[in-house]
Amino acid sequence: MTDPVLSIRDLCVEIPTRTGVVKPVDGVSYDIAKGEILGVVGESGAGKSMAGNAIIGLLNRPAHISGGEIWLNGHRIDTLKGDRVRRLRGKEIGMVFQDPLTSLNPLLSIGDQLAETMMTHLPISRAEAHNRAIAALKEVGIPGAAERIGSYPHEFSGGMRQRVVIALALCAEPSLVIADEPTTALDVSVQAQIISLLKQLCRERGTAIMLITHDMGVIAEAADRVAVMYAGRLAELGPVRDVLTQPQHPYTHGLMASTPLAAQKQRRLHQIPGAMPRLDQMPEGCAFHPRCPHAQEKCRHAPLPATATAGGRAACWFPLLAEAAQ
Amino acid sequence: MSAFVTVKGLTCVFDVSKPWLNRVLERRGKAFLTAVSDVDFQVEERTTYALVGESGSGKSTIGRMLVGLLRPSDGDVEIEGINLAREEDPAKVASVRAKIQMIFQDPYASLNPRWRVRDIITEPVLTQGGDLEGLAEKLLQQVGLHPSDAGKFPHEFSGGQRQRICIARALASQPRLIVCDEPTSALDVSVQAQVLNLMSDLKDELGLTYLLITHDLTVVRHMADRIGVLYLGRLVEEADPHSLFETPKHPYTQMLLDAAPRVDGFGREVPPPQGEIPDPINPPSGCTFHPRCPIATDICRRERPATRKVGNALVACHLAE
Ligand SMILES: Nc1ncnc2c1ncn2[C@@H]1O[C@H](COP(=O)(O)OP(=O)(O)OP(=O)(O)O)[C@@H](O)[C@H]1O
Ligand SMILES: Nc1ncnc2c1ncn2[C@@H]1O[C@H](COP(=O)(O)OP(=O)(O)OP(=O)(O)O)[C@@H](O)[C@H]1O
Ligand SMILES: [Mg+2]
Ligand SMILES: [Mg+2]
Repeated sequence: MTDPVLSIRDLCVEIPTRTGVVKPVDGVSYDIAKGEILGVVGESGAGKSMAGNAIIGLLNRPAHISGGEIWLNGHRIDTLKGDRVRRLRGKEIGMVFQDPLTSLNPLLSIGDQLAETMMTHLPISRAEAHNRAIAALKEVGIPGAAERIGSYPHEFSGGMRQRVVIALALCAEPSLVIADEPTTALDVSVQAQIISLLKQLCRERGTAIMLITHDMGVIAEAADRVAVMYAGRLAELGPVRDVLTQPQHPYTHGLMASTPLAAQKQRRLHQIPGAMPRLDQMPEGCAFHPRCPHAQEKCRHAPLPATATAGGRAACWFPLLAEAAQ
Repeated sequence: MSAFVTVKGLTCVFDVSKPWLNRVLERRGKAFLTAVSDVDFQVEERTTYALVGESGSGKSTIGRMLVGLLRPSDGDVEIEGINLAREEDPAKVASVRAKIQMIFQDPYASLNPRWRVRDIITEPVLTQGGDLEGLAEKLLQQVGLHPSDAGKFPHEFSGGQRQRICIARALASQPRLIVCDEPTSALDVSVQAQVLNLMSDLKDELGLTYLLITHDLTVVRHMADRIGVLYLGRLVEEADPHSLFETPKHPYTQMLLDAAPRVDGFGREVPPPQGEIPDPINPPSGCTFHPRCPIATDICRRERPATRKVGNALVACHLAE
């Protein structure tokens, strides 16, 4: 097996607050291989974006990486400083956020933005960059790319803008793309177009993609593997079909059961009791135990097993068996 | 069963012209946006009618006309036999209005942060001069919160709890119809489950009727008794959930259902829909879906299709069968 594009080990992010230090990301480890889409799911506040931002080096102070390692193509990147982080970010890691306007400069035509980015990271001339910008827009499915190259972001619809952002994220030919809720603000039909575009890029260019979303349907259709986060920790990690249809972590099971299924008309939806704990009120032991129907004494005190060492997918002392999850 | 709400020929046109001086200088005429165009539907008592459609299809505009936040440009809204636009007796109109409430998508923006929960919940009753004693506490309990929460402020609650407070406020004036505009779109699946279950329970207990506005097809399928699909302000298909999901008749409905991601759609590869929603100020001629429609013919470009019955559905398409 070849080395993964991205590899994070025991990643921790800390934020000092008035009431003490909180850990929005606490000991998270996963890999993403070339041409693989890793889905990241979990309730709001689970730390999905925080982990993504830590990888890109985009944490807002006072949040900072407080432990663990981040490796990109065999190089350790969490220790890089200042300018080198910025270069790496543009060249090796592309980003797509929920709101396309945060990634676009309203004052520059999209052609200029694409060309600038390419010239910063690739040894090419302006004329070459211009041609490649048109090709990049074509690739993401903007009709009439050559004519629209001089247009400004506000002249595009939301879905078109997100395509431009994807073109921008890809134009320096990064090996990793981090897409944080890229379709949450878009309509179903546009969402389908964007997801299909991401899958195609992943397949054709071998780009590794980290796809953060709430939408289990998007995960099922797009991801190869899925990481389920809960209260800053990894609850479960595994092949998407296994995790979604035979969850081993009671939290994953709860999430799936509360999703209305198109195929069957359940009378009531399953409810996970309670809410995710606040970061400054994290329970001892397994963070999920106060809401877990299967919690036992051990769950309340013993620190959690790491996913890898537990020999299974779930960071749980008593993972659900295939039959029990049905 | 009787129709609780009857909507006929409902139309809403917005004047989106630039200011007079700009129009003169730029030699442009007035511009109009037809947000809702000739929409008919009925909501039976104690049922949930869902309106689905993509952004800009006119869902919220219909909801706002129903609760009286917006005046229709044309057409009628009849609730319990009273035509809200034409009824002359203001007392009758007021009594109907009091039976309709609305809840919105964003539980953060729709609660005044400086008011205590008690005051937020009882505000609709205050203006009607009802009895307030213990009302907030009772309603909080009804939506699954604690009576003591009445003294707290909105920021002390999570998103799902805030949406419960919004529901409690909507219930305060004992409405019969609640227009729910994307009630769970800002919430996680786990919290969404709580809110949807609560809505179902309240419907059974209090005999409520819902107009549910959402773009989430899984929520619609779970909740609705009848579904209307909107495209560019027009109702293109209406059917019961089973017929709509199993045998969609309108090509737009088929496109929407194909495009929606499925939790069991592992590795599903479908060619994504083509094109985008057109500019509503200059909508396409004839059937407004024709530029994106895989089966469109000449007549679709020329004539707006009338609504007709096809199988169990009402469909506005020349070619559906
Ligand atoms: N400056 C801060 N001080 C304290 N806590 C913070 C700060 N910024 C973020 N957090 C907390 O960090 C946690 C992780 O947030 P993050 O944005 O990563 O969640 P997420 O999983 O991306 O959620 P969503 O689905 O809502 O985007 C949250 O509980 C959040 O409240
Ligand atoms: N006050 C207004 N002035 C001008 N145009 C408006 C106004 N309100 C709505 N519109 C337009 O009317 C159309 C329908 O809007 P509406 O908000 O009803 O859509 P929607 O189906 O609720 O969409 P969404 O899913 O985005 O909420 C849109 O094109 C919108 O831009
Ligand atoms: Mg986030
Ligand atoms: Mg709306």
